[in-house]
Amino acid sequence: MSRDGERTESAASADPRGTDGSERADADGPDASGSTLEAAFDEPAFVPYLAAGDPDFESSLEYVEALAAGGADVIELGLPFSEPIAEGPTIQQAVVRSLEAGMTPERFFEFVDALDVEVPLVCMTYYNLIYQFGPAGSEPVRPFVERAAAAGIEGLVVPDLPAEEADLLRGYCDELGLDLVFIVAPTTAGDRLHRMMERVSGYVYVQARLGVTGARDDLSDSTEGTLERLEGYDVPKAVGFGISTGEHAEAVVAAGADGVIVGSALVDIVARGHENDEPAEAVAAELESLSRELKAGAVAGAKRTPRPEGT
Amino acid sequence: MSQPDTKFGEYGGQYVPEALMPAIEELTEAYRRYVLNNEDGFMDEFYERIRDFGGRPTPLQYAEQLSARYGVDVYLKREDLLHGGAHKLNNALGQVLLAKYMGKERIIAETGAGQHGTATAMAAAHLDMPCEIYMGRRDINRQRPNVFRMRINGAEVTPVDVGRGTLKEAISETMRDWARTVETTHYVIGSIVGPAPFPAMVRDFHAIISEEIREQSREKLGGLPGAVVACAGGGSNTMGAFADFLEDDDVRLYAAEAGGSSLTVDEEAGVAPHSASLSTGEEGVLHGARTKLLQDGHGQIMESHSVSSGLDYSGVGPQLSHLVDEGRVTPVAVDDELALEAFHRLSQAEGIIPALETAHAFGFLESVAGPDGDGAVDLPETVVVNVSGRGDKDLEAAIEETEKRTLENAPTMEVFEG
Repeated sequence: MSRDGERTESAASADPRGTDGSERADADGPDASGSTLEAAFDEPAFVPYLAAGDPDFESSLEYVEALAAGGADVIELGLPFSEPIAEGPTIQQAVVRSLEAGMTPERFFEFVDALDVEVPLVCMTYYNLIYQFGPAGSEPVRPFVERAAAAGIEGLVVPDLPAEEADLLRGYCDELGLDLVFIVAPTTAGDRLHRMMERVSGYVYVQARLGVTGARDDLSDSTEGTLERLEGYDVPKAVGFGISTGEHAEAVVAAGADGVIVGSALVDIVARGHENDEPAEAVAAELESLSRELKAGAVAGAKRTPRPEGT
Repeated sequence: MSQPDTKFGEYGGQYVPEALMPAIEELTEAYRRYVLNNEDGFMDEFYERIRDFGGRPTPLQYAEQLSARYGVDVYLKREDLLHGGAHKLNNALGQVLLAKYMGKERIIAETGAGQHGTATAMAAAHLDMPCEIYMGRRDINRQRPNVFRMRINGAEVTPVDVGRGTLKEAISETMRDWARTVETTHYVIGSIVGPAPFPAMVRDFHAIISEEIREQSREKLGGLPGAVVACAGGGSNTMGAFADFLEDDDVRLYAAEAGGSSLTVDEEAGVAPHSASLSTGEEGVLHGARTKLLQDGHGQIMESHSVSSGLDYSGVGPQLSHLVDEGRVTPVAVDDELALEAFHRLSQAEGIIPALETAHAFGFLESVAGPDGDGAVDLPETVVVNVSGRGDKDLEAAIEETEKRTLENAPTMEVFEG
């Protein structure tokens, strides 16, 4: 991972008790000046997810690099937690494989250090791992964000951290230059949506359907409604949950999304490769090929519906 | 207007996927209106049904043999006599009724020992709601009678195969179902755990236990008891037995946790051979709440262990964590062997076969005041023990676990052999 020297420096010099996170400085919306993630959505973005270390450290490095080679604009890397309550069976199994192969939070950051990709990285994990990270007795949350910033991570997604509980993490992300991505569900509206959009930065993760993660054959029809509710907010909208083909990606972008997030369909490839003892190169080639299809789908979707300026 | 508790000191909160948040807000509002402020006479209906359907009030009974053994007056709060054989019905009936008031069409629940699943299945049948229960595969094998009871009451029972297949996995899987079906479904969580408002709401439905103890103590003892003892897994019977005494500083509150086979942990394997999160756990976030947890140095949740399925959980209710930090509740760890001995002792001495969970509360009395007691706690003159459930569901497990050990007071089971 190419280091962002400026960011690391600002992390080191930051006041340890600078931000208590009670109020977001730019409450009008994300700070457009500095977000690498936001810039990644200049054209319809393909945002793949894999669990880091699935099924083992070395193969997983190769797989993530294959996503980048296949055209990923942002990569979401899962840091496995033992109780992944937002995940369906596919990613639950990935979490089990990765944990059994010895993945830990510190090992995760070593993984990021070892990755040879130029694509911005987002860490997706559960709050307890963020909360517990760091030497015993250290203040919670800050050490994780510091370590993530030092590793060159651009943003965090925390599925079990709703906006109501996020101020502490939001504060440290602001201070240390990370984006904090929130998930907007089909059920999110009104004041809740507004509270969340005040705190989101980088991009907003639009959950295409109720339920847990997992590849589906059909597309959800709740996506358009959610995208409509988000129209007034000036932050890229990436749609995930259930997208598995180029056709899905095209349809989602044509419906107004700025990008597509794909996890389980890619994890399925890793799982099959692991079960069938396929060589890592073959699995990587398959991942790269599906990535190309998804990226091409997203780009095609943008051509189908010319989008108005500035979205 | 009463307002819901969402935090207990630093504990509690709402750490759940966004998809669930609107439902949790809706539930919070329903809890405030119907439970806290008795709108539309909700609580009146609850009290009427828990009396007529459930059989409340349950007796407060003087335990003659135990009193003689420990040299103090021991009273038993007989929640084992509540319909279904455990305290669980208080909460299950309350929540299923609330779901009805909210216009929900379907009930889901997790279960460990099967007691909460059974109570929920009964309440759902009573109130004519479809019901699905998630239960770990391992627990299904340990608690077959309760699986049959749930099925016979008309509930679907869905096995959970992830992980070790106990309560922790069942809760995760029920939350996943809820994330998919939240618009039409209510999740009847079985303990004082999970995101707000569940810990406070479940406590309030079980608080009837301590309200009755207070009333009955006045009649029978002429005052309040010196101590209340209850077993604690997630902690629902515990908080139910304690709730009404929190402000009475003269009433000591003891939470008996599962000490399992040992209080040490195997970090490498991620296994704690006990479930004593109040005594040994560290603050963290699990299943929607910040609370004391059994976790490794990285924050991964450890598998817990107990001879009793109902206590076999890596977390504990956030309010209990807070009360322990405040010094209001004293946690005590009771190991598997002590619990099994207490199981046999209560059965023989008082004619009450307790649930293995409940036996932990009696194991505590023996450990401090029995013939070989360590005297670590000087029991007050009157002690109320919450008999949270009866042991019929545990007979097979109790016999099996007893045969693995040399217990002084265990009856011979030769009659079952051959």
